[in-house]
Amino acid sequence: MLSPVILIPAVLNGLLTGAVYALVALGLTLIYGVLHIINFAHGALLTAALFAAFFAHQLLGLDPYLAAVALTPLFFALGYALQRFVIGPAAHGEDRNILLVTLGIAVVIENALLYAFRADTRTLNLAYAFEVLDLGVALVAVPRALAFLSVLVVALLLWLVLSFTDTGKAIRAVAKEKLGAELSGIDVAHIYAVTFGLGTACLAVAACLLIPTYYVNPHVGNAFVLIAFTIVVLGGMGSVVGALVGGLLIGVVESLCGLYLGESLGQIGIFAIFILVLLLRPSGLFGERA
Amino acid sequence: MPEPLLRVERVSKRFGGLLAVDDASFAVAAGGITALIGPNGAGKTTLFSIISGFLAPSRGRIFHRGADITRMPPYLLARRGIVRTFQTVQPFAGLSVHENIAVGAHLSRRSRAEALDRAAQVASTVGLGDLLDRPAASLTAAGRKRLELARALATGPELLLLDEVLAGLNPPELTTMVPTIRALAERGVTIVMIEHVMQAVMSLAGQVFVLVEGRVVAAGAPASVVGDPRVIEAYLGHGAAARLAAAGGPNV
Amino acid sequence: MRQASIAHILLVVAALAIVPLLTASNVVLNFLIVALMIALVGQGWNVLGGYGGQYSFGHAAFFGTGAYVTAILQTRYGVNAWAAFALGIAGGALVGGAIGALAFRSGLRGSYFALVTLAFAEVLRIVASVVPITGAGVGILITLDLRAQAFQFQSRAPFFWIILALVAVSLVIVRLIEQSRFGAWLLAVRENEDAAKALGVDAARVKLAAMTISAAITAAAGGFYAQYFLFVDSGIAYGPWISIEALLAPIVGGIGTVLGPLIGALAVRTLGEITKLAIGDAPGLDLVVYGSMLVLVVAFAPQGIASLLAELRARLTRWRASAPERTNA
Repeated sequence: MLSPVILIPAVLNGLLTGAVYALVALGLTLIYGVLHIINFAHGALLTAALFAAFFAHQLLGLDPYLAAVALTPLFFALGYALQRFVIGPAAHGEDRNILLVTLGIAVVIENALLYAFRADTRTLNLAYAFEVLDLGVALVAVPRALAFLSVLVVALLLWLVLSFTDTGKAIRAVAKEKLGAELSGIDVAHIYAVTFGLGTACLAVAACLLIPTYYVNPHVGNAFVLIAFTIVVLGGMGSVVGALVGGLLIGVVESLCGLYLGESLGQIGIFAIFILVLLLRPSGLFGERA
Repeated sequence: MPEPLLRVERVSKRFGGLLAVDDASFAVAAGGITALIGPNGAGKTTLFSIISGFLAPSRGRIFHRGADITRMPPYLLARRGIVRTFQTVQPFAGLSVHENIAVGAHLSRRSRAEALDRAAQVASTVGLGDLLDRPAASLTAAGRKRLELARALATGPELLLLDEVLAGLNPPELTTMVPTIRALAERGVTIVMIEHVMQAVMSLAGQVFVLVEGRVVAAGAPASVVGDPRVIEAYLGHGAAARLAAAGGPNV
Repeated sequence: MRQASIAHILLVVAALAIVPLLTASNVVLNFLIVALMIALVGQGWNVLGGYGGQYSFGHAAFFGTGAYVTAILQTRYGVNAWAAFALGIAGGALVGGAIGALAFRSGLRGSYFALVTLAFAEVLRIVASVVPITGAGVGILITLDLRAQAFQFQSRAPFFWIILALVAVSLVIVRLIEQSRFGAWLLAVRENEDAAKALGVDAARVKLAAMTISAAITAAAGGFYAQYFLFVDSGIAYGPWISIEALLAPIVGGIGTVLGPLIGALAVRTLGEITKLAIGDAPGLDLVVYGSMLVLVVAFAPQGIASLLAELRARLTRWRASAPERTNA
């Protein structure tokens, strides 16, 4: 069972899946790092993005990688609007309320999708979905390899934006010291909304990268959100590096657990890590002490 | 010599690279008011947090009537009669003034009715008698300070640790608060207070400890401590003592 | 906030108790039974969330345990239904105590606490969906046995009175908590844990006790569910739907009040039914309504219906008090 022939592909696939997990987690950790809220709507938004990518292909014939170009700004706007006009105002600044509002939004989105599209699982049948790359030690599906590379590109872009643009600097300022940023003239409500938008945009990209090899139904987001939370908690809330490293790690863990325990119990492996990290080291690997 | 009520023995507290409290030792006898003074950042509140169980010291021990209470959690210390107030007041915002104080009273009274009774009594001794049914969140800053005090008092403490309970009060508010504190001491409560308001320290405290950069640099009666050159230097800077002496002595 | 007195509670319970005498409609009775069951779940959540200030997103863990224990003991071990029900409550309390002990000893609060409760509920759901003792994916069917000893009844009225009795007990429990030292300590911990500790409150113990009571009440609802519907599976027992209903009822009705969960459950369920009648029943619709209600209530009436009613009553009192001036004017 431990033979390299089985292990290496499992690990490799874990890394590839993990990269996309990392992208999902990246959005979550960005939102936490700046707004200090745990976005319970993250999974539902991912589901919405997956449906969007699915229908972009079914109805408009758009290849997912092309759809990403349109969906990313669209979901950025959606995220911006959600934070600016719903979450921000509804919460009246209270942490407890933010929890409830994001939960409420999650429930609404997920069940609206359920109501509109029923619980059927759908998949896209793309020509290149089954092409494989022969890496010698393992065969990897082309879309997943592309996904891996795309995630690295997105992470790089995000880093560039945060480091060198004015908005990026403003975001970092607000994350570090909100009051000071406010007093310096930064429109905090706007920055919050931009950050939320960026987090949601990450989801749009992740969805387009996932859709060639994954399935869509209204409950898909749930599976992802808990994985994303696990990664964010493991990697450290607010840590971008943590999200990336954590994502890859969790991807591999999931792959190996799935190999030895089967699908369902494999998920428990993830939850076990999640609970253990929360109980023993909530600040995670790279985060600040809570 | 009888065992003092509170003894702090060589307590140090390190936060990463920062040594907030450095080998501090002092003792407080039962009864009377002791003041803990020093410039900002000297480690006074940290010391209070350690004494009251909110922080564990990196080194050293704390004794209450000879018993080692060093790592006891706050609630157990409160039950032993050691109660603190907070520098940034922490009212139970969603409750009324009466309910706030009753929480303290419940330490010694199980029944709701008795706790509320005692709370009402304590409230009048600190001047909150008319505001019992107001939401705690609606009190002024001075009112909230009184509430902090009342809550702690309602527990029936033996040792009261007051953290800057006079900070931010204007002169009329001070003239009412200071006698209230003196009256507490006269009724047998031992008080240790962190204070910046020097006139209050001078008029209330029987003994003063000065904490500078985590270390106790002076101890004694208020008048002597205030004249101590090291204390003057700590507040006014290097060389200040000499300059003042040259100019004819410090004005107190 | 004006608190409900024992008299209020008795009035409400009495008013509800006569409903089966006024109508034989199964539709109405079924609606009320489910609403009361949700009220019970919500009251459980309310003890921990409303009074304790710890928001759990995984109360399904207790509901499901109550349901499964009740069902499993009856079907696999031949235990008497009522005894199984009682053991279901105990089981739920145990799970609550276990999760609480782990979470609170680790100092988890706020969002982290919500997350860990969510995780525990999900773990239970997954485990229940694969292990044989819960019937795995198929679930458990309780054999039809329409006798009172088997906690099953031909007509709905007895079920109605039983769930009403359970709700009444939960109302009294919460009222007693409100008037006790434990309640004062619990509220103090909710408002400011550090300040509470400084005043002698053993915060960890208080939170743990609240969680155990909360879990027991919710588990009772789960056990009742099993007896009423005679079928339990992992999605029903431990699914997100019940975790959401658990918090929605108290928040809509009035968080941290005695009657809040009851008011909220009736309001939420009524709105759900109206929506279904207007738009047509389909999976997901009721939860869309619930989610929207959650957002709207938090945004516009965070203290829930109970506080709106109290506000109304206060205005009415002021208006009446000004009556002499008005008649003279």
